[in-house]
Amino acid sequence: MAPALAGLRLRALAFAERRLPALTRLRRREDLPIRLDRRRIYVLPTGFGVLFGVLLFVMLVGALNYGNNAALLLTCVLAAAAGSSLFVAFRALSGLELVGLRADEAEAGTPRRVHLRFDPGQRARSSLRLRHAAGAIVFDLEAGRAAEATLELAPSARGWQPTGRLRLWTDQPFGLFQCWSWINPAQELLVYPALERPAPPLPSGRGRIGEQAETGSSEEHAGLREYRPSDPPRLIAWKASVRHDSLLVRDVERRSGEMLELAHHALRGLDAEARIRRLAAWVVEAERAQRSYALVLPGATIGPSLGEAHRTACLRALATLPAGAAP
Amino acid sequence: MTDPLDPRRFGWLGTAIAATVATHAAHLPGWLAIAVAAAIASRVLMQRRGRPPPSAWLRVPLTFALLLAVIATYGNVFGREPGSALACGLLALKLLETRRARDARIGIAFACFVLMSSLLFTSTLVFSLFVGCVLVLQLAALTALQPRGAAPEPRSELRDLLARAASLVAVGLPLAIVAFVLLPRLETPLWGARGADGVGRTGLSDTMAPGQFAQLMLDETPAFRVVFEGRAPRPSEQYFRTIVMTEFDGTTWRRRDDFARGTALPAPPAEFIAYAITLDATNQHWLPALDLPFTVPDDARLDRDQVLVARRPVAQARRYEVRSSPRAQLATALGARERARMLRLPDGYGPRARALAAGWRSDLGEDRRIVAAALSLFRSSFTYTLEPPPLARDSVDDFLFGTRRGFCEHYASAFVFLMRAAGIPARVVTGYQGGWWNGDYLLVRQSDAHAWAEIWRDGSGWVRVDPTAAVSPERVELGAPAVNASPSLLGETWRALRNQFDIASRLWTEAVVRFDSARQRGMMTQFGMADLGRRGLLGSFAVLLCVAMLLGTAWAIRGAREIGGDALDRAWDALRKRLARAGIDARRTEGPIDLLARVRAADPVLAARLAPLVDEYVALRYAGAEPVPRRVAALAARLQRLALPRRRRFTPARDDDSDGSP
Repeated sequence: MAPALAGLRLRALAFAERRLPALTRLRRREDLPIRLDRRRIYVLPTGFGVLFGVLLFVMLVGALNYGNNAALLLTCVLAAAAGSSLFVAFRALSGLELVGLRADEAEAGTPRRVHLRFDPGQRARSSLRLRHAAGAIVFDLEAGRAAEATLELAPSARGWQPTGRLRLWTDQPFGLFQCWSWINPAQELLVYPALERPAPPLPSGRGRIGEQAETGSSEEHAGLREYRPSDPPRLIAWKASVRHDSLLVRDVERRSGEMLELAHHALRGLDAEARIRRLAAWVVEAERAQRSYALVLPGATIGPSLGEAHRTACLRALATLPAGAAP
Repeated sequence: MTDPLDPRRFGWLGTAIAATVATHAAHLPGWLAIAVAAAIASRVLMQRRGRPPPSAWLRVPLTFALLLAVIATYGNVFGREPGSALACGLLALKLLETRRARDARIGIAFACFVLMSSLLFTSTLVFSLFVGCVLVLQLAALTALQPRGAAPEPRSELRDLLARAASLVAVGLPLAIVAFVLLPRLETPLWGARGADGVGRTGLSDTMAPGQFAQLMLDETPAFRVVFEGRAPRPSEQYFRTIVMTEFDGTTWRRRDDFARGTALPAPPAEFIAYAITLDATNQHWLPALDLPFTVPDDARLDRDQVLVARRPVAQARRYEVRSSPRAQLATALGARERARMLRLPDGYGPRARALAAGWRSDLGEDRRIVAAALSLFRSSFTYTLEPPPLARDSVDDFLFGTRRGFCEHYASAFVFLMRAAGIPARVVTGYQGGWWNGDYLLVRQSDAHAWAEIWRDGSGWVRVDPTAAVSPERVELGAPAVNASPSLLGETWRALRNQFDIASRLWTEAVVRFDSARQRGMMTQFGMADLGRRGLLGSFAVLLCVAMLLGTAWAIRGAREIGGDALDRAWDALRKRLARAGIDARRTEGPIDLLARVRAADPVLAARLAPLVDEYVALRYAGAEPVPRRVAALAARLQRLALPRRRRFTPARDDDSDGSP
């Protein structure tokens, strides 16, 4: 389609949605679960269906003209089967229910995978197709077993993003009629900020709490572990190493003294989005290195802590940070 | 949709197209049948190996080659045979270029059309059933073109797809029958001539050259059916005269060309056979009848050779009643001109036969003894066979003194020649002899076609002589198939089966193939109603079509309206709806406890009564894995009894929602 025509179509659609809410109400966002029923399933013949109809008409006229009843009966049988296929297509959608929606973790600017959970009811449904602005998939459902269909959405900016409008359609069994329904889940999907790549090394800044802890004399009770080549020499526990006859280091996980402070305000000289990207990269890096960290954002401090829940909380906070937050 | 076809789907397509072409196999020229089969097989194999379709440099010349070859074979591309040959070729070419699902669909749609056109050639019961099976295969192939999700391939895909297609055909069948019965037939074709291109078989032709019947006698299609009133004739009397041929040019016998002149009907004899014949369309004027008819059906007359002739060609099946008497005599004297005509022989043919006949005349003298001599000649040294050797130019001499092998045509032709040469007026009669008793009617097939002779005997008139009977008496007593087929133990069972089959076949022919405009119009009169007429037929069709659409819609939306699976949900849902009517919008996504909180804020009295019910609902819904049916039923009853205030304003739910909105 020519771009001009596509633009015109989009504008016409937007106008229709503004002015004719009754007509387009099913394109609005809705809460889950979304159940497809007759009020929201549309049917039209496909291009092939129109061609087939013309062919049936030609066959009908030919059979009538030659007075050939066997050919006429065949034409009638074919036409009736073709007509019945409309109801089969309708039944493939009718009663189908979208019960759940979840997205894989995704960075801004990368494709996002979304899992839509459909409940087929007591009917097996095959050759269902889902189309989105960014792509299309085909999936089948077994009777009585909810299952997920995975769709890849286009990359987007960070933050809560709408799922977008999906077209669920099928033209089974013969491809003569297309049945479709629009689904537009109200549920939004979280997109994490993009990670800065390559990111500078983690900052070595220490908080006050850490300093206090380090001044304590209970080094013996600190966790110790085998030395790894990447460990900084200042972490080596010399006394303990002598006693155990191998090089041991103080385990920072147990040591609040080595807590990282990833502070938004500390990153002067970067714009807001670049700060978020760097902080996100550091969060991921700190988690990978198993170093306890705190995230300091304007108006909130998360942590210090370590682990999956903490990481998720930090990334979520970064993702939803209002754009253009004051430096 | 540009999805390329995988070998599985391509296999379905190839099978459907091959089956479609197979329905035309009987009349395709050999070269085309082989070429089409080779094209289909090679393309399917190539696809299986992942090769791309042949390029346009090959396909376009092939298309032109097909066109030229069809023109070279038939002379043009119009008409049944060339049209079907062209269509089959194009179908194979379409398969050659098919790469994507879209092409495949168009290919199958075209195959549906080609399949229908195969019924223009023959529409017997067996063939029509075969065509029906191919239709199911085509629809299954169309279904197979649907893309599939990542789910593993079902184990019984073949059966599954065929069953789906067959069930759709079965579901559509009532509507198809309604359409078939009610769609008004055309009384006159829009173009072309009906019959010339139709399924009507000519059966007998009005010329006879020895050897011509060979194909006809292998044709098992019914020619006509006879129902006798009272006594049925013995097999030796079952000669259905159809055409009388008097003119011989040395190779071919012809009838004389005087349709116009009729003859007076004989006086009704004391003893006669009354019968009704249902004749299949022949597109000719002849109406077979036992000899000799003395009544004449409407729209027909008796011609000079005592043959029934219809005024119009029999373009559709026709039923007529006749009375015949073997003893009826028409002419008692043969005029001089007529006698000369019945003795005429072509110059330069059959010198040895003439000499033989002249010898008989001088040696034996009497007509009776000459006839006996000729019959005993056949009996002593001739053989009955449906596969006689070809005859030389002088067919009579070559047959009588050379090959001595042949069937009824040869014997009738040679016998009449000998009789004429001996001075006895004689003529060839073609028609049908014998038939199968099928319950209460006699079924006569094309294979019962027969030729015999009639000679003039002063005082008795025309007398039938069947020279074939002299060679092969069983041919007359048992019918041609009994002689031609080798006897087998299964013969009797086979015959019974075949008779059963003929009943089904007859039903098919009567109810479907012959359902023409006259029958359609008269169909309602059987139930004491007036003719429907075109408008009535179309109106009834429209009404029944609407009924079918409604039924289909009811079926399609059934099972989609219930909300959430079980009884507990339904009970809760009923309460929600009643609350909505009472002015409390309850969203489906709202939990029961939130709902209760809202009710409490608005109407504490109601909330107090609702609270235990909500507790019970929560306990049933969330405490155990499955709600206890007995308690669900009790709760449903209590929910139903709960009295709600009449319309009252409560704080509405957060915003209007999709299912509670007015």
